[in-house]
Amino acid sequence: MRLYADSSKCSGCNACRVACSLNLFGETNPKKAALIIEPHFPAPGVYNVKVCTQCGECALVCPAECIKQDERGVYYVVQEDCIMCEACVPVCPESVMFMDASLVPNTAWECDLCGDCVEVCGTSALWIAEKELA
Amino acid sequence: MNGYGGTILRVNLTTGKIIREPTTPELARDYIGGRGFGIYFLTKEVPIHTDPLGPENKLIISTGPLSGMLAPGGGKCDWTCKSPLTGGYADASMGGHFTAEMKYAGLDSIILEGRSSKPVYLFIDNEKVELLDASKLWGKGAIDTEVDLKKQYGEPFQIAAIGPGGENQVLFACINHDYGRQAGRGGVGAVMGSKNLKAIALHGTGSVTVADPDAYRKAGMALYKACKEADNLKDWTRYGTTIVVSWCDEVGALPTRNFTAGSFEGGKTLYGPVMREQIVITDKGCFGCPCPCGKYSNLKRYGTQVEGPEYETIGMLGSDVGLSDIQDVAQANLLCDDLGIDSISAGGCIAWAMEAYEKGVLSKDETDGLDLKFGNVDAVFATIRKIAAREGKLGTLLSEGTKRAALKIGKGTQDYAIHIKGMEQSAYAIHNATAMLISYMTCDVGAHHNRAWAITYDLQVGRDKVVPEKVARVIWLQHFRPMFDVLGGCRLQWVELGIDRDLYVPLLEAMTGTRRTWEDLERTGERIWNLTRLYWMREVDGFGRSWDQPSPRFYTEPPATGATAGQITKPEDVQKLLDMYYEQRGWDSDGHPKHETLEKLNLVEFAV
Repeated sequence: MRLYADSSKCSGCNACRVACSLNLFGETNPKKAALIIEPHFPAPGVYNVKVCTQCGECALVCPAECIKQDERGVYYVVQEDCIMCEACVPVCPESVMFMDASLVPNTAWECDLCGDCVEVCGTSALWIAEKELA
Repeated sequence: MNGYGGTILRVNLTTGKIIREPTTPELARDYIGGRGFGIYFLTKEVPIHTDPLGPENKLIISTGPLSGMLAPGGGKCDWTCKSPLTGGYADASMGGHFTAEMKYAGLDSIILEGRSSKPVYLFIDNEKVELLDASKLWGKGAIDTEVDLKKQYGEPFQIAAIGPGGENQVLFACINHDYGRQAGRGGVGAVMGSKNLKAIALHGTGSVTVADPDAYRKAGMALYKACKEADNLKDWTRYGTTIVVSWCDEVGALPTRNFTAGSFEGGKTLYGPVMREQIVITDKGCFGCPCPCGKYSNLKRYGTQVEGPEYETIGMLGSDVGLSDIQDVAQANLLCDDLGIDSISAGGCIAWAMEAYEKGVLSKDETDGLDLKFGNVDAVFATIRKIAAREGKLGTLLSEGTKRAALKIGKGTQDYAIHIKGMEQSAYAIHNATAMLISYMTCDVGAHHNRAWAITYDLQVGRDKVVPEKVARVIWLQHFRPMFDVLGGCRLQWVELGIDRDLYVPLLEAMTGTRRTWEDLERTGERIWNLTRLYWMREVDGFGRSWDQPSPRFYTEPPATGATAGQITKPEDVQKLLDMYYEQRGWDSDGHPKHETLEKLNLVEFAV
C-alpha cells in the first residue's frame, strides 16, 4: 500500500497537510506534515505534490534502525528511538523524509499512511492503493 | 488562548515601534475575530473624522477561529479601515494562505498605524518583526513584488502587496496576495499605500492549540466529509463562481453596459463552461478549501497567466463594459490585479465613463483621446492603466470613483453613476429584484453583494414582491453570511455545497472551548452590523436614509432588452422596502438605531 498523488488535480489548499500534522503530532501545523505541495506561480501555474512512495530507502540507511514497517508493510518512524542523525533525509527520492529540530526537537518524521489526507482532499488528488510493481 | 494565535501585533509606521499585545478573552468573547475585531479596533482607536488617507487611519488585518485550522475554507482574513472611497466603514475579505500563516505566527490581528516617511515593507518571521526598505519594490506591480519577495525569502513566506494603484492612492486600490487573491473593496490598498507600506512578507511555524483536540479533529473531519459528499461539489469546483454567469444572463442579473440591462447579447461566450474549456489550467484553492472556486487561466493571446476571472470580474469588466471575449476580460482582470485596483470598481468606473462618452457628455479630450465606446477592449486596457497611474484627465477623474467623478462632471451623469454610499455596485443588475435591491442599499460597506446574496430569493418569492419576509431574509443573511468574515473562514461551503451549518458548532466549541450556537453567532452578527452603522453615523455628517438610496437607474429606467426588459422597481417601493428594513432592525425612519435597540445589543457605549 502507498499514497498516490495526481498533481494536476491539486488546488494547493493544504488541507491534507493540516490533517497530516494532526495525525503525526496531534497539532495543527502544516509545517509538520509529511507531504509537500510545491506551487509554481505565476507561471506555469501548477502545483507539484510529493508523497511517500514507501520505497524504504530511509529505513535502509537508518543507523538506529528506528524506521520500521507495520503489519501493512508501511514504514514509520519509532519516534523515541530516533537519534536525529538525519541520514534518512537526503536519501529520500521524493524529499518527503523530514527532520527539523526547530520544529520537532526529538524525531525525524515521514508519512505513516494514516489516510487522513485522502479524507480531506476535496479534489481527489490523493488516494491510497497497492504499490505498483516496478 | 485556544483556537487563537494569542497576539495582537501593533506596527507603528511613523515611529517604527512594534508592540505585541495579548488577545484578551473579552475581545474574543464579544467580537470573536475577523471583522468583529476590525470594527472594534476601528471604533475604539481611530479618532472621529480621521482623514482615511492620513496617518491616523489604521489598517487592521484579522484572522478568526477557523483560520488555518482543520476547517473547510479557513483561509480568509479581514482587512478593516476607514474607507477613502466612501468615507465610512470598510472591510475586505481576502482568501489565499495569508490568514493561516498569520495564525501560525501567533497573530490574531496586525494593526498598521501611522505613516512611514519612506517606502517600507513589513517582514514577519514568527517573533521577528521588522520594517525594511522597499525602495526597490516601489513602482512594481503586485505580482512582480510577490515574485521578488518569494525569491528573497522562499516559497513558504506569504506575501500581501499593493501595486502602483495603491502607491498612487487610487481610492479603490486593492491588496493582492497569492497571485490572484485580493482584499478588494473600499480602497484598503490606498490606505496601505498612504502608509508607504508596499508589502507584508509573513512566515509562521507555530502550532495552534485547541481546547479539545479529539473533538476538534472529529468535528473538522465531519465538515470535510459533508463537503465531499455534497451533490454540487463536482460542478461547483469545475466552474467556481463562473457557474452563475449563464444563470444571471438568463434571469437578467448580468450587468450589461453600465447596468442598462441585465442580459448581454455577447454573454454566452463568457459562460463558465466556455471559460473552463478555453483558458482554465488549474483549480486554485484558498487554505483548507475542499471546493476551490479559484480558476487559474492561461491566456494564449496575451502570453499571460491570471487567477480568474471570477463572476464579479466577468460581470464588471465583461458585459458591463461590453466585452464578450473571455481572454480579453481575463487580461483586464490581470491588469487590475497587477496594478492593484479593484476590478469591480474599475469596471463600474469605466462603464460609467463609456456611457457618458457615448452620450457625448465626456469629450475625446476628457478621455485623453480614447474612443471610449462599449466593447472597445483597447480602451478598457488603457483606462485601467490610466486609473492606476492617475494619469491624464481620464485617469485622474476615474481614480476617485464614480461618485466623485459624476459630481465633478455633472450634466446628469450622477443618474447613471451606479454606486451606493460611494462604492461602485458589484455585478448584479437589480431591475425588479427587490430583495437584492434592499441588500445592496443597506450593505455596510456600500453596494456590495457578499453580505446578503438575495437574488435567488427574489426569483423564489416573486421578484417585484415588497413583503416583510424578503426584508427579514436579507437581515438574516446580513447577520449570518458575514459571520464567516468574523470567523476567519469562507461562506461558500455553506452557500454552494449546502452543508449543514450546525456542523460548525462543535468545531468552534472544540477549538475555543466556548459553545456558541448559530443563534448566539447571529446575535453577535447583529451587534457587529449595528456597530458598523454607528461608525457610519459617527464619521459622516447627516448620514442616514439618503445614503441608503440606489441608483435611480433601477427605479426609473426599465431595460430595453433582455430578461428584465420593461421591468423596474416602483420608486415608492424602494422607500417602502427601507421603511420595512428600518422597522425590523429597530432603527428610526432615518436609519439610525433606536436607543432601545442599542440597549438590547449592549451597544449603548457606542451611541452617536
